[in-house]
Amino acid sequence: MSRIQQCFESLRAEGRKALIPYVTAGDPNPEMTLPLMHALVKAGANIIELGIPFSDPMADGPVIQQAMERALLHNVSLSQVLDMVRAFRETDQTTPVVLMGYLNPVERMGYERFAQQAADAGVDGVLTVDLPPEEADEVIGFFKQHGLDCIFLLSPTTTLDRARIICERASGYVYYVSLKGVTGSSALDVTDVATKLDRLRTVTDLPIGVGFGIRDGESAAAVGQVADGVVVGSVLVSKIATYAEQPEQAREAISVIIRSMRAAMDR
Amino acid sequence: MSDSTPMDYKAVPDQRGHFGPYGGRFVSETLMDALEELESLYKRLSTDPDFQAEFDRDLAHYVGRPSPLYLAERLTTKAGGAQIYLKREDLNHTGAHKVNNTIGQALLAKHMGKPRVIAETGAGQHGVATATVAARLGLKCQVYMGADDVQRQSLNVYRMKLLGAEVIPVTSGSKTLKDAMNEAMRDWVTNVDDTFYIIGTVAGPHPYPQLVRDFQCVIGREARAQCLEQAGRLPDALVACVGGGSNAIGLFHPFLEDADVAMYGVEAGGRGLETGQHAAPLSAGRPGVLHGNRTYLMEDEAGQIIETHSVSAGLDYPGVGPEHSWLKDIGRVSYVNATDDEALAAFRELTRIEGIMPALESAHAVAYAVKLAATMRPDQIIIVNLSGRGDKDIHTVAGIDGISI
Repeated sequence: MSRIQQCFESLRAEGRKALIPYVTAGDPNPEMTLPLMHALVKAGANIIELGIPFSDPMADGPVIQQAMERALLHNVSLSQVLDMVRAFRETDQTTPVVLMGYLNPVERMGYERFAQQAADAGVDGVLTVDLPPEEADEVIGFFKQHGLDCIFLLSPTTTLDRARIICERASGYVYYVSLKGVTGSSALDVTDVATKLDRLRTVTDLPIGVGFGIRDGESAAAVGQVADGVVVGSVLVSKIATYAEQPEQAREAISVIIRSMRAAMDR
Repeated sequence: MSDSTPMDYKAVPDQRGHFGPYGGRFVSETLMDALEELESLYKRLSTDPDFQAEFDRDLAHYVGRPSPLYLAERLTTKAGGAQIYLKREDLNHTGAHKVNNTIGQALLAKHMGKPRVIAETGAGQHGVATATVAARLGLKCQVYMGADDVQRQSLNVYRMKLLGAEVIPVTSGSKTLKDAMNEAMRDWVTNVDDTFYIIGTVAGPHPYPQLVRDFQCVIGREARAQCLEQAGRLPDALVACVGGGSNAIGLFHPFLEDADVAMYGVEAGGRGLETGQHAAPLSAGRPGVLHGNRTYLMEDEAGQIIETHSVSAGLDYPGVGPEHSWLKDIGRVSYVNATDDEALAAFRELTRIEGIMPALESAHAVAYAVKLAATMRPDQIIIVNLSGRGDKDIHTVAGIDGISI
């Protein structure tokens, strides 16, 4: 059983939902990331989504674009991101880590080499936002071979027929994007999300994480009512921007948010 | 070439938008449904005689087609070799080939009932062409433009505003065309229900490279017929500049099966390929994935897209249409480059000896064609795609001359 599956199963047994924070690797500098990952777990995160910096993050709003620009000022590469995961695994063997990013850095490293090195480093899953399942056959083959879960996005515009095709190829969990837009958008409609998830559950048994538009304990708890996992990104990353020169304050500010979401979700 | 198995150029792209290993549809899930809808609508309309008649009517009466094929006699004499003909896309309404495509896509937007169009623009020509068709059809129009390009193309920025479009300067990344395209994609993913994204070149996710090519092929179809009529035979060579590559594919495509017609796509050599400061992915890049398609890109060792340089904003782009990548790999088209200095010299020369001021983009093609002509016989023929006029570049050239106007 993969670390991701195990995570969702034990949470389900406890009647809890997964809290899945996203941070960009190397933001605002490479030294920040490892202690931040541990702080996220300590504050109540169950899975960590670690962003791979990319020069042209088409699906991201300004907050995460700027995070990637900060990381790229330090030339944070995909190999360095894998090193960060390897270092994280030295003291944490249980928290799943999912890499999230764009295809080109992965393609440049080479699919097979990436899959092998990611698995070696202790990565559990990969979400490539600009890789729809239609183009993913080759990649999925290498991921499976190395035991990496392939996580795909589902959106409000995904038809049920497409959702079926996507879920057949996905493993670990699927990530439902709660609204049309880029990361960091605001208006989340929980009732609408609930309706969509009900429909999606008719085509898949995979856990469903929901992200985009989750900003505080209240929205996290509301989404936690209907989803298996709650993904939160921009609201955390904006704290890194605020405290770019004060790593401890950044970690504390982020931990406060995660703790309040955790508490609200477990209530 | 004549005795080898003929390549079936009409078989690309395949059902999934692939030109060999290039092209495809690499976008986030939210856009997939919109792209499928566009694909199926286009599949229907591209064989619908009424739609084609409407498109042809607009090209004739609104754009002013056919554009002339003009024998540039003094340029030919100066080059001292093959006869140089100019395909005068600069004489189209709005001053460039871009309008052929925006007319076509605006008709698609109308058929889809979308009240709003968006576009990205580099030199501003595509933005102007989009704002123009939006004004004509009463569509709301927003154009994304890199903040640096807003500076160097102020004339076109104001033209767009006069046409009723809103120009949104993009300050992220390198502040040029690629960043404008990122921002347009972000807008589209947010407003996909009511918005049609008019992409300006033969790049982006399937079906854009195909439909933009189809709309631009009017250039090559006309040029082929005009050359047969005026010279009594086909040309020996075609030359066009390549940024994203829409004017080049429009000229080349109708000639692909004419095995004896050589083709040269001229990329922006910037300060010279050896300096790394250029925008020539086909000459000096490698395949990767950006803006929805797999194609040759300018990228670093880690797969990050690197900043490009060209004196011409319209060529200042790190990628290229996927069909060009394929045509390069199969060897059907030769991809070469012209530097900033060569393009500027050609801009001045064509202006002085033919009275035709080319866009700096098109000047790259003129510069290479003059060199090529010198290696050919006087009975041979080159067609150069003069893709746009140079009025928009007067400020840039004056600036280089140290004159403020």
